[in-house]
Amino acid sequence: MKIGVTRFPGTNCDHDIWSFVEARGHQPRWLWHQDRFNPREIDAVLVPGGFSYGDYLRCGALAAKSPVMNDVRALAAAGKPVLGICNGFQILCESGLLPGVLVRNKSRRFIDEWAELQVEQPNPHFGRGHQTGARLRLPIAHGEGCFLTTAEEMKRLRGEGQIWLKYVNNPNGSLEDIAGVTNDKRNVAGLMPHPERALYDWMGGLDGGDFL
Amino acid sequence: MKFGVKIMPREVILDTQGRAVEQTLKGQSFRLDSCRVGKFVEIDVPAATEAEGRDMVKKMADFVLYNPLIEVYEIQRLG
Repeated sequence: MKIGVTRFPGTNCDHDIWSFVEARGHQPRWLWHQDRFNPREIDAVLVPGGFSYGDYLRCGALAAKSPVMNDVRALAAAGKPVLGICNGFQILCESGLLPGVLVRNKSRRFIDEWAELQVEQPNPHFGRGHQTGARLRLPIAHGEGCFLTTAEEMKRLRGEGQIWLKYVNNPNGSLEDIAGVTNDKRNVAGLMPHPERALYDWMGGLDGGDFL
Repeated sequence: MKFGVKIMPREVILDTQGRAVEQTLKGQSFRLDSCRVGKFVEIDVPAATEAEGRDMVKKMADFVLYNPLIEVYEIQRLG
C-alpha cells in the first residue's frame, strides 16, 4: 500500500511512523501540510504525533484547517483508511473526521508511561487481528489526552460501536476511559497511545506491530 | 474595522489555567472568589459596516477560533 504520512510544523513522530510503514512492507510518502495531493494516488493516511503548529490556539486546531487536510478529508470520504496517533488524533477530532475533543489531562501533568488498553471494538483497518476484550500494552506521552464529548454523542458512539480502545487504568480523565475512537464507517480512527513505539523487544513491547 | 473575539472555556470544562492563576493569587493573599482564563483575539477586517464586519469575524470564529464542545465566544467591536 502507498501510505501518506502528514507533516506539519511541529510534527515529531513522523520518522518513527515512516519506519513503521516501511517495516510493515508498505511505501510511505510525505504529505506536507501546505501541499495538496491526489487522494486517488494514496491508499491510506497516517497522521503522526507531535505538537503541530506549536499547539497554538488549541492542540490540532490549526493543522486541521491546513491545505493537506482537504485531501485527507476527500480520501476519508472515499472510504480509505486514516489513522491519527496522539496529536494526529487531536487533529482528526478538530477536523471533524472524528467525534469529540482532547483536552488537558485531569492531573494537569504531561504523562509519559506505558498504558494497558482493552479492545472494545476491533477496527477493520488498524489492528485487524485484535479481538474484543484483548489487552494491549502501548506507550502514552501526552499533556492533552482527556477525551470529551457531549452526552448525546457519547450515546451514539456506544450505539454505533465507535469506541475502539479503552484504558484499563484511566491515566488522563478521559470520558468512559476512552483511548481511541473511530468514525461511524470505521475507516477513520484515532488513538492517544503510540503503536509505532512498541514494535520490537528493545522498545519494551511488541503490541504496536499489529496496527498496520 | 477592528473586532475582538473573547473565547472562554465552558463552565463544565476544567479550566486548568484559571485554577492555576486562582491558586497563585490566593496563595499571595489576594481576595477573590474565582478566576477563569480564556483567549482574546483581535481581528481587523476590511468591512464597510459593523454588521458586515461582525459577519466576517463570526465566520472566522466558527471556522477555527473556537471549539463548540469546550468553548463559548462573543464578538466585541473595538475602537
